[in-house]
Amino acid sequence: MTYQEKKSIVSLISAILIFGSFCLYMYPHYPQGGLEATETYRFWGSFVLILTLVSIVAHILISIIFNIVFRITTNEKEPSFEDELDKLIALKANRNSFFMFIIGFLLAMGSLVISQPSQLMFLILITSGFVSDVTGSVTKLYHYRKGV
Amino acid sequence: MGKNLVGNHIRKLRFNHDEMTQQQLADKAGVTRQTIVALEKGNYSPSLELAFRIAHVFNLPLEEVFFYGENTKK
Repeated sequence: MTYQEKKSIVSLISAILIFGSFCLYMYPHYPQGGLEATETYRFWGSFVLILTLVSIVAHILISIIFNIVFRITTNEKEPSFEDELDKLIALKANRNSFFMFIIGFLLAMGSLVISQPSQLMFLILITSGFVSDVTGSVTKLYHYRKGV
Repeated sequence: MGKNLVGNHIRKLRFNHDEMTQQQLADKAGVTRQTIVALEKGNYSPSLELAFRIAHVFNLPLEEVFFYGENTKK
């Protein structure tokens, strides 16, 4: 298995772990009270912002650790650049990822149209962000293994 | 994923060039080893520029490294 395939797998697993553990951490902090209370909006706002920050930092850390482990275990140096195949696969991954997020966004807006509570809209938006991240990693893994 | 119609003799040519490794060819052609792996498996059709770079590494004309469709010559 090559560096890019391993990196896609690590990225996929870390995305699931980060999102899962962050949701478990935030679940007990969910404010009690009315569904449309200001505190609820503050909760979802901070949820998205903190998750974004935590994801970026965790992905950077995991990437550094992965590179170190890769060098030690394989005695190979990780590629220092992206070639045409990497760029093509990244484009396809971004396209699929973006597509999934747009579907989630439209569903979230649709939930408001049919008078669902706003927390459902936030839930769909956050879930679609997670699904789009996973889709990007799965697309990369698929194309690195099966070709373009 | 449809099979690419552009085939190549890279694996054989590497072997004939002092058993050049995939990494060595990748370094000379300016790509990652993953791309050489994908090319050898027939999972990727390279750009024209990369095809020429690989042919230059082996010091051969393009058509002796790559072929289109079913290979009947070699």
